[in-house]
Amino acid sequence: MRNALAIAAKDIRSYFVSPIAYVVMTGFLLLGGWFFFNLLARFNFLLQMYTSFRNPQAMEQLNLNELVISPLLHNLSVVLVILIPVITMRSFAEEKRAGTYELLMTAPLSVTEIVLGKFLGAFVFIFLMLLLTAVYPIILLVYGNPEIGVLLGGFLGLLLLATAFVSVGLLTSSLTQNQIIAAVSCLVILLLLYVISWPAETAGETMGAVLKYLSLTEHFSEMVKGVIDTRDVAYFITVIVLALFLTQRSVESLRWR
Amino acid sequence: MIEVRNLTKRYGDLIAVDNVSFSAKPGEILGFLGPNGAGKTTTMRIITGFMPATSGTVTVAGFDIFDQSYEVRKRIGYLPENPPLYADMTVAAYLEFVARIKGVPRAEIRGARDQVVEACGLTTVIGRVLGNLSKGFRQRVGLAQALIHNPSVLVLDEPTIGLDPRQIIDIRSLIRELSAERTVILSTHILPEVSQLCQKVVIIDEGHIAVEDRLENLTRDASLEEVFLRAIAGDGRAKTEEAAS
Repeated sequence: MRNALAIAAKDIRSYFVSPIAYVVMTGFLLLGGWFFFNLLARFNFLLQMYTSFRNPQAMEQLNLNELVISPLLHNLSVVLVILIPVITMRSFAEEKRAGTYELLMTAPLSVTEIVLGKFLGAFVFIFLMLLLTAVYPIILLVYGNPEIGVLLGGFLGLLLLATAFVSVGLLTSSLTQNQIIAAVSCLVILLLLYVISWPAETAGETMGAVLKYLSLTEHFSEMVKGVIDTRDVAYFITVIVLALFLTQRSVESLRWR
Repeated sequence: MIEVRNLTKRYGDLIAVDNVSFSAKPGEILGFLGPNGAGKTTTMRIITGFMPATSGTVTVAGFDIFDQSYEVRKRIGYLPENPPLYADMTVAAYLEFVARIKGVPRAEIRGARDQVVEACGLTTVIGRVLGNLSKGFRQRVGLAQALIHNPSVLVLDEPTIGLDPRQIIDIRSLIRELSAERTVILSTHILPEVSQLCQKVVIIDEGHIAVEDRLENLTRDASLEEVFLRAIAGDGRAKTEEAAS
């Protein structure tokens, strides 16, 4: 564990001494801010419209969680599909290219420690990045009254989703020494998991259920609604554990190939 | 200390290392020679546990490299052909990181770092970023990295490449000092270096061992250049000749 922490600390440092961390975080917050501003402006517009119509029933329907938080989280999740492959692409591929992989693999480290260290490093990075987006719900909490439970559920969902993305990114990075290949193949896998449930309605009952179960979006949507179901949490944990297990195998294969 | 027996490494159809055997004792510097592409780096990578052999065994300090790889890696210091440096780290931070992952106890990390910084002449660059260092300094940081956990076996792949003549002299005397209680495998293309440093010479050509003998036996009636050229031209014939004479 000490070794995994050493690798994680080294990776986190390397994110923050290079421009990558700042470019990715700035981009993420810029887009997030733009989504938030527009969703809030639309909410405000609806509020004023219904007020002028003197329509108390419609006013009741206006809900910060449904009209601002939920679409915001969905938009952010799409941005993560694109940004996370960029964050994780270096983790193994760059070590192989720079020759430092020889240092890691000939040091008295277990492969599990290396993979865990890489995972922790990337996880801390995205955790910090998502923590910065907490500014949006804080603004809502100060000036409005969203449901806190739904809010927390949604952000937990986003964190789980991002963690699953990170694990897939580590897997693709461990398979190549080319960062672009690592990033593109991760992006493709994530997009596929995103849209895999599209034919679910027409694919027949069993197949439809399977596709829906595989889809990241279906599970994420449930959590954004504030429903924390163990099935959804279990899905994300399964993706994370499976991807990390395959990463461990892929790194270890060097030892017996 | 290092015992390589019938080592073979295949990449698909290509045989990089073919049935190679040699050994090195503590206190000995083994010069590992051969033309480019002869299989030197592959052999070293197998000895250090970076990649497995197709067949054959390697024992380092009594531990099998395949079954007890962890124990071997604790006892080996390895300087690869390209020093494994993180371009965005400072010399100090890098050496501390390496000490940590090589299992140096936390309280001793700073001391171990200062010791190798001193030994490799890095005092003036300790706060510099690795990516901005000259080739000579990068090479020396690579050597410092290999030494930091005080390993009993050192595997050095062309350690003096890119150094200026003075640095070469410094590094050579450092290696000689280190070899007193350690086993050192040194790969190089500089034959005078072998004459100065090594007690034992192994010449490998196209994956085969062409020569394995003590330096004084090899250079009794020919220069090391002649021995080397004969070895790589004769496909192992030199070895039988040497044995016969």
